[in-house]
Amino acid sequence: MKPKIFPQQKQLIPLFCGIITIAGLLLSSCNSHSSGGQGAISAQEAAQQVYVAPGQYDEFYAFMSGGYNGQVSVYGLPSGRLFKIIPVFSQNPENGYGYSEETKPLLMTSYGFIPWDDAHHPELSQTDGIPDGRWLFINANNTPRVARIDLKTFETVETIEIPNSAGNHSSPFVTENTEYVVAGTRFSVPIPQKDVPIASYKQNFGGVLSFIKVAPSGDMDLAFQVMMPGFDYDLAHAGKGKSKDWVFFTCYNSEEAHTLLEVNASQRDKDFVAAINWKKAEEYVQQGKYHEFPGTYYDNRFDTSTQTAHSYVHQGVKVLIPSECPGLVYFIPAPKSPHGVDVDPSGNYIVANGKLSADLSVFSFDKIQQAIQQKQFDGEVNGIPVLKFDAVLAGIVKSGGLGPLHTEFDDKGNAYTTFFISSEVVKWKLGTWQVEDRQPTFYSPGHLMIPGGDSRKPWGKYLVALNKITKDRYLPTGPELCQSAQLFDISGDKMKLLLDFPTVGEPHYAQAIPASILMPRSDKIYQLASNHNPYVTRTEKDAKVVRKGKRVDVYMTEIRSHFVPDNIEGIYLGDTVYFHVTNLEQDWDAAHGFAVEGNRENAELLLMPGQTKTLKWVPVRVGVFPFYCTDFCSALHQEMQGYVRVSSPNDNVALTWSTGKE
Amino acid sequence: MKKKLNTLLFLIVGLWFIGCHSSNPASQQATENVTAPAASASTANPLDDKGIGPVQSVQLGAIQPELAKKGETIFNEKCTACHRIDSRYIGPALKGVTRRQAPEWIMNMILNPDVMIQQDPIAKQLVGESNGAVMANLHLSEDEARALLEYLRSVDDSSSSK
Repeated sequence: MKPKIFPQQKQLIPLFCGIITIAGLLLSSCNSHSSGGQGAISAQEAAQQVYVAPGQYDEFYAFMSGGYNGQVSVYGLPSGRLFKIIPVFSQNPENGYGYSEETKPLLMTSYGFIPWDDAHHPELSQTDGIPDGRWLFINANNTPRVARIDLKTFETVETIEIPNSAGNHSSPFVTENTEYVVAGTRFSVPIPQKDVPIASYKQNFGGVLSFIKVAPSGDMDLAFQVMMPGFDYDLAHAGKGKSKDWVFFTCYNSEEAHTLLEVNASQRDKDFVAAINWKKAEEYVQQGKYHEFPGTYYDNRFDTSTQTAHSYVHQGVKVLIPSECPGLVYFIPAPKSPHGVDVDPSGNYIVANGKLSADLSVFSFDKIQQAIQQKQFDGEVNGIPVLKFDAVLAGIVKSGGLGPLHTEFDDKGNAYTTFFISSEVVKWKLGTWQVEDRQPTFYSPGHLMIPGGDSRKPWGKYLVALNKITKDRYLPTGPELCQSAQLFDISGDKMKLLLDFPTVGEPHYAQAIPASILMPRSDKIYQLASNHNPYVTRTEKDAKVVRKGKRVDVYMTEIRSHFVPDNIEGIYLGDTVYFHVTNLEQDWDAAHGFAVEGNRENAELLLMPGQTKTLKWVPVRVGVFPFYCTDFCSALHQEMQGYVRVSSPNDNVALTWSTGKE
Repeated sequence: MKKKLNTLLFLIVGLWFIGCHSSNPASQQATENVTAPAASASTANPLDDKGIGPVQSVQLGAIQPELAKKGETIFNEKCTACHRIDSRYIGPALKGVTRRQAPEWIMNMILNPDVMIQQDPIAKQLVGESNGAVMANLHLSEDEARALLEYLRSVDDSSSSK
């Protein structure tokens, strides 16, 4: 049956032809030239640009947020190939993250163990305003947290909870040398939390912007918060170069509505960009001009030496009140419900896109400083001076598009903005504010990303639009469809569509960095000699089973293709068994798995060479239960198995263990 | 991991090494050499095979006890997951290996097992006799491999002339 081609599907034809070309099967009947409207580039040309031959590496790593799956997915550019899912705020059955005893603490919060969250904005660490490949930060939106991923291992090594906050959306954006990661609240809430009528919003609700200090080691600490009016703080970006001491936050709902915000938070013609001088904030904190607010929060750190995460519980936080701290915060009026706030590579221009306004407002940092000096204010809100709009405006981009959201920059003085409602990316020039090019997207793009596109040094070769709607782009999978990323070549005057590829979860933002920066830093194995996990078993002769009351600790090793021990007896119903498994291999990509039958509470383990992980198992039946390696590891992988015997407490079975005894 | 699967399926012949010539555990003390099936290795003297890897030549003198001691420590930490001296375990018993194989071959097998089992005729032949268990690459240094060789020499020296 010939599938019906819908009008939108015409766009698929060149792509299909590209794929066929890749396979080396030139299809003579394919009229592969663009039908227009999607950039003047042939399918074959596009296919060649994104084709990465077998064994060749992609030029860039792209880190995409997983949105409601709470993870980060790592794609290659330009190929669009998925390399890895990094679990951050959600348990991951693939590698046991959040199931193994070592990683469970990373999901601890003041609310308890939370195995899911909504992750929005990946942010690479920077040095001198340039992505340096040390860490990737990402926010948890629902139960406010910020995580740090170590890019040597692509593993989550820290999660820190943000107290007095709700909907951690304007987060985590870094200052120029990763001195701070910011975490602004999207929802205002009573601070500290208390039981009050929702209708008392204007009296009782506030919004805090948090500054997390990042140590040279990467460890994060909540340094201070700034108490702001009860608006919704949406997105942020730090300044750079001349504006490096400042961080900018957009907000909506300056109406302070608390119901039907769709209507009630869209009343005013302008909301604000909050400009915060974090250097000044540091000074005020040092001078002791802060208030101690209550607030319990967890900081969970993964120690790579013990390969174990620990939770540290903190109480109280330093809070600055802007009315008591002159020069700390200024409001810049920005058109109607601004969403993205983006700073150009020079650090002078701050772009705020009013999502309910067609125009982009670009502010000048120099003019902001001048306006502050000359006190060109238009009143104040809660003691925060409001700068005169005309005094700080650098220019307006008249685009003719609808629903501008986010802007990134190339290395040639151009800016690129997504338009959600009119489904397009618009390229415009800094300084002239003239539109240079526009390309439609499929469909409704949210964020867009250029490698280094929010830094001082963009690698302006590719642009990825992260689209929210994908109907008819791919084979249908029922009502629930994948998300879509769309890759453009931006090296020339006009954007050229090269590829679109499906993505996991709901990517919001993404960041990318040249592979050449990350690859030399990459760890291939965990050194067994540096494994200081308290339950490590370094040699087979050290393997053992230890009973303490009703707790049984199994110290187990794995190497191709056997376990030590592989026969365990003397476990009783009512015991809790901890399998502490060490992978003795020291060879790259020689991973082993571990799974035991009837494990109700946890998933399984996946162990990299030299790693120790612990699986908790509470047997619920008498019998003999197999365990085995879950990762195909060698020619004798299927033989990599063992048995654990579970007896009734009334029986008398000695605790024994062995491997190789017939 | 999955790329490894393909390699392994391709190689499924099995992979082993260091001087065990029989899948029968009882014959572990055999002194006959790896002569049998593989044509390429059938006539050559196995002691002429230096293997494939970083080690081109090894100068052997009197056994250095300190180096052998270091090798024993490494052996106990890293090799006993698969090897015993006197009996077959996962891999062959290692007693007598220094009389069966060239010192360079032994070090290259330790340092470069992935290539050895694919390309070296003796290693390939041993693969056919093993049960397909792989020689794990433990990424030892050349110094560590040399110490292991010294330990194996000391074992063979003390076990005198069988």
